Amino acid sequence: MKNRNIPKKLQDNLITIGIVVVCYILVMILSATGLLSNLLQGLLVPLCAYIILAVSLNLTVGILGELSLGHAGFMCVGAFTSAFFSKCMENTITFAPVRFFLALLIGGLCAALIGFLIGMPVLRLKGDYLAIVTLAFGEIIKNIMNVLFIGRDSHGFHFSMKDSLSLGLEEGGDVIINGAQGITGTPKDSNFTIGVILIVLTLLIVLNLINSRDGRAIMSIRDNLIASESIGIHITKYKLMAFTISAALAGIAGVLYSHNLNSLMATPKNFGYNMSIMILVFVVLGGIGNIRGSVIAAVILTLLPELLRGLNDYRMLIYSIVLIVMMLYNWAPNMIALRKKAANRFGRKKEVA
Amino acid sequence: MALLEVKNLSISFGGLRAVDDFNVSIEKGQLYGLIGPNGAGKTTVFNLLTGVYQPDEGFIHLDGEDITRLKTIEINQAGIARTFQNIRLFKELSVLDNVKVGLHNKYHYSTVEGLLRLPRYFQMEKKMDERAMELLKVFDLDGEADYLASNLPYGKQRKLEIARALATDPKLLLLDEPAAGMNPNETKELMETIRFVRDHFDMTILLIEHDMKLVAGICEELTVLNFGKILTQGKTSDVLHDPEVITAYLGE
Repeated sequence: MKNRNIPKKLQDNLITIGIVVVCYILVMILSATGLLSNLLQGLLVPLCAYIILAVSLNLTVGILGELSLGHAGFMCVGAFTSAFFSKCMENTITFAPVRFFLALLIGGLCAALIGFLIGMPVLRLKGDYLAIVTLAFGEIIKNIMNVLFIGRDSHGFHFSMKDSLSLGLEEGGDVIINGAQGITGTPKDSNFTIGVILIVLTLLIVLNLINSRDGRAIMSIRDNLIASESIGIHITKYKLMAFTISAALAGIAGVLYSHNLNSLMATPKNFGYNMSIMILVFVVLGGIGNIRGSVIAAVILTLLPELLRGLNDYRMLIYSIVLIVMMLYNWAPNMIALRKKAANRFGRKKEVA
Repeated sequence: MALLEVKNLSISFGGLRAVDDFNVSIEKGQLYGLIGPNGAGKTTVFNLLTGVYQPDEGFIHLDGEDITRLKTIEINQAGIARTFQNIRLFKELSVLDNVKVGLHNKYHYSTVEGLLRLPRYFQMEKKMDERAMELLKVFDLDGEADYLASNLPYGKQRKLEIARALATDPKLLLLDEPAAGMNPNETKELMETIRFVRDHFDMTILLIEHDMKLVAGICEELTVLNFGKILTQGKTSDVLHDPEVITAYLGE
């Protein structure tokens, strides 16, 4: 029998955050002693972003119980709005931490707003509609970013969906978002330390939400919608709350990601369907509803292909195989029986000891 | 003035008149039974009372308040709580948390207070824990408070569902086949529990049941439904000896 009481929950949460902090210290020691390759160092900030994405998607998939296939879209919104802001304010606000803090707010709020607007009609529906709509949303956002041109000169902002020439900028004006070339020269305000702080904040938000009145309401909807309605839980409100917070956190991951890149482009690889599925793989592999699992899965699945660079071509192949194996492991009746047997044997051994 | 007053309640699904001209009046503190053969429309009546379906005609008054056509959530807040024929617990939540979800609208703190773990969070959580444990104790579930709801044995799951419904502090409790799937011993225990809930919480209870022993044992008045229509209504002993009722159940 699984025990779940409050001190144990708190202990669990502390362990999760402890793991992150210990990993951070280890990486800092490794990098100080020069044992970390350049390749890995370059991977640290994206890794932080992936962890935040995985944890935030787990809020939608595991805690709320709705399938979202467009999480990269929210990340994209956060990345572009914040990079746009930082690029505009590069010379106005010269103190990087303040600028980055504001960028985080803007990225998070914009992603939350979009999440709210999408969730409002779609979360009222039952079944797979959310998955379909979010899938479309992710692609739409990515494609809009590829044709969006915004420039600035002394008259203010210019906007076009055609090309940079049709912005009609006067001399000396600069193009901030340049269509498929995206945003270049975003100030590099994020680093690994900030990334880890954001991970810890994300974990605190998600774990505290789960262990609160609102979190219980959200999970009750997941477990039995009809019953939770019958005891007075406002279904739409709590679905929207979970979905919006999840989108906001994805936006923050996007801010972190974009402020680590010199040129930010919306390619299928970083903001497309592949990315959304990759995050979903983190969540599924780590265990749906298991926050610590998401963190660990994100780390392993990001580092593994980089460490086995020769296998990189087979990355998507490995992902699909891993997904199928996990599906069988989690849901196949034979596998469930086998796991129960193993658990029983393990449990008995423990009793003897 | 009766606590629950239902007049002319009717609903059709396509050509089928599932509930036709249903009337009932239940006094405060009464233990009232709704019986009838399978498909008679008993659960449909519950779904009408709790706003899952909207009636075509008729009205429902609870404690003098018109609750016809309100939403399920509003009806719960007006004071009707229910259990389900097929148990609907929050399986992945602990037994304690199941009851705490029921207390959701009784103890408030904001999302921000919860996220930042402000003092009010701890105050309210403590109060919720205490209240939930009180309820669990009534149903002898306090020892299993930390178990996942799905790990409880069947009889205890039924009890937990009642505890969760009571957590919303209702005026009227609807029990949909509480003894379904129980063995005679469990049913006997359930009868005690239901009677205890009525006395201890000063509750009014309307229940659907097939187990005639249970119905005869605890219900004071009965309504018999057949094909969506009221067959007969009245004191339990009179109703159960009514030849029409016996025919409806056993056939000619």
